[in-house]
Formats: sequence, structure tokens, C-alpha cells
Amino acid sequence: MRSKLTPVLLLIAVILLAAFPFVGEKFYIQLIAKVMIMAIFAMSLDLLVGYTGLVSLGHAAFFGLAGYVLAKAAPQYAAANLWTTLALALVACAIFALLTGFLVLRTSGIYFIMVTLAFSQMLFFVFHDTPFGGGSDGMYIYAKPEMKIGETALLDLEDFKVLYWFTLGLMTLVYLFLRQVLDSNFGRALIGIKTNEHRLRALGFPTFRYKLASYMLSGTLAGLAGYIAALQFGFVNPEILSWHVSGSVLMMVILGGMGSLHGAVLGAFVFILLQEILSNQSWFGPIAKHWQLAMGIFVIIVALLLPQGLVGLGSTFRKKHKASGGHG
Amino acid sequence: MDFAFVLIQLLNGLQYGLLLFLVASGLTLVFGIMGIVNLAHGSFYMIGAYLAWSLAGMLDSFAAAVLLGVPLTVILGMGLERLLFQYLYHRDHLYQVLLTYGLILVFEELRSVLWGDDVHGVAVPALLSGSIPLTDTLSYPIYRLVISGFCLLLAGALYGLIQKTRLGMMIRAGSSNREMVQALGINIKMLYTLVFALGVALAAFGGMIAAPVSSVYPNMGAQVLIICFVVVVIGGIGSVWGALLASILIGMTDTFGKVLLPEYAGMSTYLLMVLVLLWRPEGLFKRG
Amino acid sequence: MADPILCVEKLTKLFGGLAAVNDVSLELYLGQVHAVIGPNGAGKSTLTNLISGELAPTTGAIRYLAHGEGEFDLAGLSSDRISRLGIGRSFQKTNIFLPFTAFENCRLAAQSRQQRAWQIFRGASRYADVNAIAEQSLQAAGLAERGQVNAAMLSHGEQRQLEIAMCLATQPRVLLMDEPLAGMGPQESLRIVALIQKLAADHAILLIEHDMDAVFAVAHCLTVMVNGEVIESGTPQAVRASAHVQEAYLGEAHGDTHG
Repeated sequence: MRSKLTPVLLLIAVILLAAFPFVGEKFYIQLIAKVMIMAIFAMSLDLLVGYTGLVSLGHAAFFGLAGYVLAKAAPQYAAANLWTTLALALVACAIFALLTGFLVLRTSGIYFIMVTLAFSQMLFFVFHDTPFGGGSDGMYIYAKPEMKIGETALLDLEDFKVLYWFTLGLMTLVYLFLRQVLDSNFGRALIGIKTNEHRLRALGFPTFRYKLASYMLSGTLAGLAGYIAALQFGFVNPEILSWHVSGSVLMMVILGGMGSLHGAVLGAFVFILLQEILSNQSWFGPIAKHWQLAMGIFVIIVALLLPQGLVGLGSTFRKKHKASGGHG
Repeated sequence: MDFAFVLIQLLNGLQYGLLLFLVASGLTLVFGIMGIVNLAHGSFYMIGAYLAWSLAGMLDSFAAAVLLGVPLTVILGMGLERLLFQYLYHRDHLYQVLLTYGLILVFEELRSVLWGDDVHGVAVPALLSGSIPLTDTLSYPIYRLVISGFCLLLAGALYGLIQKTRLGMMIRAGSSNREMVQALGINIKMLYTLVFALGVALAAFGGMIAAPVSSVYPNMGAQVLIICFVVVVIGGIGSVWGALLASILIGMTDTFGKVLLPEYAGMSTYLLMVLVLLWRPEGLFKRG
Repeated sequence: MADPILCVEKLTKLFGGLAAVNDVSLELYLGQVHAVIGPNGAGKSTLTNLISGELAPTTGAIRYLAHGEGEFDLAGLSSDRISRLGIGRSFQKTNIFLPFTAFENCRLAAQSRQQRAWQIFRGASRYADVNAIAEQSLQAAGLAERGQVNAAMLSHGEQRQLEIAMCLATQPRVLLMDEPLAGMGPQESLRIVALIQKLAADHAILLIEHDMDAVFAVAHCLTVMVNGEVIESGTPQAVRASAHVQEAYLGEAHGDTHG
């Protein structure tokens, strides 16, 4: 749960992040931008997992789909229109969520986990096997989309600093938007579904519709993250739909603390930075090639010891102290 | 496309389906009885396959490799159950998913360290390397028939174990009422370890006998795991008959898909899944 | 007498070969409490589940006169649809939102009437009408002082009261109360009985209970179920006097201690 301190801390974080490009190197600016993209991705999944109680292992489907829409919609060597391509990507994700939602949301629990994974694998094979998406070689996005009104360019996304601030702005907007949604009637109903769906239905809520709406919103926001990721990276291939991506983002949500939006952001930061550190060959030498081993062990430890995630560390710590104090 | 060709594809589809059923049975057994979703189930399949390759090379005998490899993998599985899994029995499925996802990463990386990233073939044991002639020009490998035979045999043995023995009775009781079983003095911890060992053995054995036909390669564990998931989705959670039917359907769809529409072969299984879900949202059979 | 507001007609529910509810008929009237009693396993909870939509009947009908919307057959409708039509239900096994406060439990229940899910830019706690209904429900159920307490921290009796409060917050016309007094002490029971008597004036109440004192204090009509079937139905006095019922259910333990 959020304390009074949280909004202040978050504001400080945003200010620090905004100031970073003035002092940091290009590599790190792009890295933090990547982290912020993943933070949006993680928040979108947290809406589904942490607040609606639906554990999806197939969220990469939306992330990758949006990237591919941009790659397909962008002209070969000219810059695409950001407004139209982004709208197209988001609509594609919403439609995919709507269609698959009707099939997957009739289930729950472990079955839901399996069927969401299966659908994202299906999409993986669509882009991997068919010529539609350039096959396993993927597709390039040679020019960053333009953000124009009429003939005036609003932002030059070719500039990596501008792209960084653009991403920071979007991440902040998504955070504030989700905060508001979770505070609304709709959000309270979602939390009710996670807590006791059976009772909520008995009270008169058509929970299927709420779950479908949550799934669509979550998928669309994941698509937003995927769009910017493709924009930043300039390249899409079927690997962005892989279940490793789905597993990683789920890991970020749990690591940070489910049911806590800033936890999802924190989880994304820690996970990506950890990944960067572990795979850094200049620090760890040749064993850095096998960084997934350390990452796997880390994931196992988190699963065993940190049910509340990082944001819950404070309360877990306090509880342990209380317990020992009581017996003292 | 003549009769012999179709027959070959049917036999291939059957073999693939039965193998899937064997591996998927291990997964649903552990899930149905212990309530554990084990994503690393595919990793045990992979470990079995790689052990088949390396042990067969060292011992110069495929049979010896299987006889040694399965118990080795089972011991590994039981060790993991005692060390890690037992702490998750009462936790949300989410944490099991996470923990076993971490295990997948660990196993894949260990495989890379120990055995490298190349694709390796495993020789069919000499005794079973012949073929049965079907026409003047076409014949069918005996080994593939042996795989199908073994899978059917094991499935039958599994059925007999669960339905007809005391152990099977305890297993079935333990799945519906854990406390009662404990109150009756049955060691539920031992029971769970046994069931888990059984699940691992099925996966490892599946990987081993499949190795001569499918080779050993990185990511093979994840691949089979995801298809096992599709088996459960199509067949319905908790239904063994559903898993059998789903496995055969997937085996046929995949095999004929590769032959008729090679460009869309990877998707054929998922298209089947979509069709089934449109008709039956919870799979073909639900646990009553 | 006015028409019944809810009419259960020859309702049957088969589980495989077992008839949990077998050819049951009864009527609910506004302003009346209709109690259903019977030994464990008689099918009383199944009957409640059939009316509230948790289960679909095998055969039979449930005719309900919705306010201003005409007559509906509830059989086969979903539980949320039935709730929205004005049928409220409290559960035998406490079924509340444990992590929320008592007030939030009721607020969420009240929100069900005016879900306004599209208004995502307005905080859920900013709807005065919903808040008022939640307050009133808490008060009616005797929990006015306990609104800010987490539901998990409430005593068992208070949780049963919250169960009823949530039901009331959905502003139903028909109340299905499944053993509201389960696990309550004598003081709390009296309070709930008084509440039921007060509610009876504006609602039609189906009361499942084992507490015979309570049943005879509030019920206008009594139905006895054994093994899924109705063996007797009528006024409490007539039912109590019936030898058939005494033999099947009430037994000698209760005897004639009530006047």
C-alpha cells in the first residue's frame, strides 16, 4: 500500500530522470530509455496480474504485435507518421485482445496461464514462418517516425535525448492514467474481481465484461511499450514475441511487487539493470556469456523469499522485527 | 499422394502424438495431484535427451544410457522437489510459475556450459534400426514403431498403477483430500515426492527415446513444454482421455501440416487449438 | 392476498443420478418471511443456489416479478443478471472481501446498482449516492461504528452482519438469506432476528435456518425439506403440529417448549 511519502518520492524520481540526459553518456541514456519502455510494459501487465488477478504468460504478443505493425506500416526508407502508425498499432493490439479475450477469459488460474502462452506462441509462428513479417530475419525500421502537426515537427525522435524524454513523458502519463483508472469505479471492480470474483458476480457485476476490458486495456498499453521499443531499436524480429519476453516482464512485475504500480516500474529498473550487470563481460569475463544462469538463480530466490516483491521489503522487515521483539 | 505415403504420415503422427501424451501425462499428473505447475518439465525432457546422447557416446550402448539416464534424472528431480518445490505447495500458482521459469533458465544455461550449443544426432540402437517394407519403394523404420509401442505400454502401466494398485489409491486420495490422507497415517511428503519422481521419469524417458528421431538441440525443452501446454488446453485440465485425444490430434495435425502446408506448419497446432476453444472453451473434456 | 413476487415451480436439480432438489415449489410474497428448514443435505442450499443463479436447474421454472420490468423466468440466468433484477443473497459461508474495510465492502456492493464503469476519471469514493447507501446498509445491519475496520479484523458475528449489509446495499426486493445466524451467540442472534423482522416489511425473504427459535419468531410461512423434497408447507403452527414433520425432522429434542 502507498504511504504519504510515495508521491514525493515519485516526483523526485521523475525530476532525477529528466535531468539525467544532461549528465549521462549516450549508452546509459539509451539504456534508461529502454528501462522506461519496459516499465510501461510492466505496468500494463501489473494491471492484469496484480489488480485483476489474471496471470498471463503471453503478454509479449501485444508487445511484439505493435512493433511489427510499425515495421509493416512504415514506408521502406522514409519516416512514418507517428500519429497514424501508433494509432494503428494500438488498435491492432486492442482487436487482438478482444478476439483472444473471448477465448481465454472463460478460463482462470493455471489454464489461463497456459492458454495465454499458447496464443503468444501462435503469433510468434505467424511472424516466424510466414512471409508476412519478414520471417526469422525480421524487419528494419530505417527512419524513426515523425511527430508532425501539418508541416511542423513537434519532436525529433532521431535525437536520442528527445526520444528519452518522450519515453519519460509517456511512462509518467501511463502511470498517472493507471493510478486514476484504479481509483475509479472500474478499477475498484477489477480489484474486487481479484479478491473474490464469485462474490462480485453475486453482487450483480458482469465480471466477464470487466475482465475483457482490463485485458484490452492491458494489451493496448503493452502495445504502446512495444511500439516505442521498435522505434528505439529500429528493428523487429520474432524474438520480441518470445515467451522469454513474457516471462521476463512477469518477473519484473513480481520482483517489484504485484498490485503496486510503482513496484512494476521498480521491478523493470532492477531487472534490466541486473541483466546489464550480469552480462557485462568486462566485469565478469567469459562467464558473463552465461548470465542467464545467475538470472535464473535470482528468479528462484525471489520466488521463494520475496512474495511481496521489493516494495514489500519494508513491511516484511518490519514484521520480522515485530515477531522477534514480541518474544524478546 | 498414395496410400503408403498417407500410411507413413499416419504412423508418424501417431508416434509423435503418443510421445507427446507420455510427456504431457507427467505434467498433468504432477499438476493434478500436487497442484504444482512445473514449467521445468520440459527441461527434464531436455536433460533426458542430452543424457541419452552423452551417455550413449560414453557407454557405447543406447540401452545402457536409458537405464542409467532415467534414474539419474529422477534423482535430480527428487532433489529439487525436496530443496525447492516443497516450499511452494501452499503458494499461489504464480510463484510456482516464477520458480520453475527460473529453473528453465538455469537448466538451459547449464546445458550450454556442459554440452555446448550445437545440434547432435543420436544413433538409433542397432537392434532396432531396421525398417518394415510397405511398398516397393517405401518402408517404415522399426524404431518409430517401437517408440509408439513403448508409449502405449507405459500409458497402460500408468493407468494400471493409478487405478489398480494401493499406491495409486493413495495418490488419488491425496489429490482430493490431503489432510485426510495424512490423518490416515500415510506420509504425504513421501507420496508427493514419488509422484513428482514419476512425472520427471516420464519426461526424461520421453526425451531419451525421442532423441534418435528428433536429435538434441538447444531450446528443445521449452518447445516440448509449450506443446504439452497446448495438449492440456485442448484436452481439458485434469482429463487423461482428453490429453490422449489431444495428443493424437496434435500429432496428426502437425505431421500432415508439415507435409501439406510447410509454410504454416508451426501454426497448425495453434489453429487446431483455436478451433477447439471456439467449440469448447475449457477443452474437449473437463474433469468431472 | 397479492400475487407472489417469486414463484418456484416444480424445480429439480439432478447431479448425475442424484436429485439434490426434487420437484420443489414454493412462493414468496412481499412483506413475508418464508423459512425453509430441514436436516443437513436436505437441499436447502442447493435451492438457494438455483434461485440466485449459482446453479442452473435441470427442470422447472422460477417466475419473478421484477420491478417495472415484467415477469422473468430466472432459471438459467447468470447470477449477476439475477442480482441486478433485484434478488439479493447472503451466503452461509462468509463470503466478503477480506482485505477491504467494512465500508468499502458495502460501497462496492452499492456500486453494483450504478456501475458507471466508463467514468474512469472520477474516483470511486466520490459518488455521494453510493456512499449514502453503503452507510445506511452498515447502519441497518448494526455495523455503523465499524465502517473503517478491515473486514478480516471483524469478529465472526460482525462478519455475518457485514454479509447481510452487503446484500442490503444492493437494494434488493427479494432477500435470500442462507443461515444468517450461523455461528452467532445469543445476543447477536437476537439482533439479527430483529433486523429480519424489520426488513420483512418491505422485502420478500427466503430464510434458510437451523435456529428454530429464530425461525418461529419471524416466519410467516414454513417449508420443510428432506432429501431434496418438500414434505410439508404452511403456517409455522400447522407445520409444527404435523406428525409427519415431527417424525422426520423436529424430533423429540425440541418438544413443545414454545407457546
